[in-house]
Amino acid sequence: MKFEDEPVPGYPLPILPGHTSPGRFERVLRAGGFAVTTELAPPDSADPEEVYKRVRVFDGYVDAINATDGSGANCHMSSLAVCALLTRIGYAPIMQISCRDKNRIAIQGDILGGAAMGVCNMLCLTGDGVQAGDHPQAKAVFDLDCVSLLDMARTMRDESHFQSGRKISYAPRVFFGAAENPSGLPHEWRAQRLAKKIVAGAQFIQTQYVYDLPLLVEFMDQVEALGLLGKIYLLIGVGPLRSAKTAEWMRKNVPGMHVPDAIIARLSGAKDQALEGRKICIELIQAIREIRGISGVHIMAYRQEESVADIVDRSGVLQGRAPWYPTRDGAALRDVIASPNRIAS
Amino acid sequence: MYAIRQWSVRHARGLNTFYSHFESLLLRLNGVFRGLGYERIERPVAVIEKAVKGLLFDCKMCGQCVLSSTGMSCPMNCPKTLRNGPCGGVRADGNCEVKPDMRCVWVEAYHGSAKIPGGVAAMRQVQFAVDQRLQGRSSWLRVTREKSGTPATNGS
Repeated sequence: MKFEDEPVPGYPLPILPGHTSPGRFERVLRAGGFAVTTELAPPDSADPEEVYKRVRVFDGYVDAINATDGSGANCHMSSLAVCALLTRIGYAPIMQISCRDKNRIAIQGDILGGAAMGVCNMLCLTGDGVQAGDHPQAKAVFDLDCVSLLDMARTMRDESHFQSGRKISYAPRVFFGAAENPSGLPHEWRAQRLAKKIVAGAQFIQTQYVYDLPLLVEFMDQVEALGLLGKIYLLIGVGPLRSAKTAEWMRKNVPGMHVPDAIIARLSGAKDQALEGRKICIELIQAIREIRGISGVHIMAYRQEESVADIVDRSGVLQGRAPWYPTRDGAALRDVIASPNRIAS
Repeated sequence: MYAIRQWSVRHARGLNTFYSHFESLLLRLNGVFRGLGYERIERPVAVIEKAVKGLLFDCKMCGQCVLSSTGMSCPMNCPKTLRNGPCGGVRADGNCEVKPDMRCVWVEAYHGSAKIPGGVAAMRQVQFAVDQRLQGRSSWLRVTREKSGTPATNGS
């Protein structure tokens, strides 16, 4: 999908009728494209080049890039800063906002600040508990939960005021999303919870890893039964498992992660487990694409980010489309840099 | 106490019925409360409320009780104080991601609300952000005051 007016880095696109943000991600979804998003692990560094180096491996393969917000309750560069760096050269980041580390005063400030820096998409999350990360001694905030956060964010955009009622002179033009876990417990309640998030303001969903297709189909049946199809853009979380051992570890240690035994058996029986992991991921993407009501995939490949391009390529889901990246249309990188940041070639 | 908290969820229906009667009694007492002054009785009532609900629900006195919408499972016992349903991290055995020995309060809420007439529908309602100023204050008095249309004083 190519838009005629895309983009001058650092300058927003016009907001099309019926859209809430000027972003490309919303455009792709609303135009009916099967979107591909991925996740950038923010560096443990103050060097912007570390961010740019990490994002370049996705060039031409993804429509938007999530910047995680202290994911797993570990300390990294902030999602707001990562997003601000990315928008400077035209990328479409999805800023993750977790309720764990900030109260509503800080979060509302970040929503305005992010929007001012050209961030068009934000993902509203509750966040992992502090016990999961490298600072278990920290205070967990949880002033809001993801649903009340969504409600607050939507009000800021649609009604131009803070939660206090104080006016916002220029509302944040943002496409808001949330997470869901189709494999999560209690199964009967998952689609109901999705309905709540839609009411509160979620426009798109990126899910936790899905490795169990029948469970996903069951979830989608519930979504349909509740009349939610067409009310939300659903992107299903997938990712390559590096080995049977990693899969076992993730199943045990990543909250809410469900990997069926059959997948682990398939991995341990393979000669090259990493390759098999990618193959499983590709097959999942292809199967997910065929499920009605699903608008894309969210590929999470922590510490194997370089595999994303190959997975997208071999899955064929983009159908020849090349999502925008700074040098796609022949521009030299130095011409698209709208910032004084040092960017090595 | 954890065992009593679980008993309360198992008896969500009875407790909910009891509370609706109790609430009408409180409403009838509105005139008395007004005469005494809501602010004057705030502390003693909060102490009683904390003792009763603390025993039955491990109540955290958030001041904005939603037990009737959560199957008598107090959401403030969730380590993330989620008020709109479970997070994505519920363990395979239905226990909490953060406290592995505790049952997820939302798994409990799901069972409890199924016992209350209209409980599941109530659980679908979006709960808005809590007002942290109400922490430690009586929910009973706030509800009575609001439902009887008594204006709030002292900014509470």
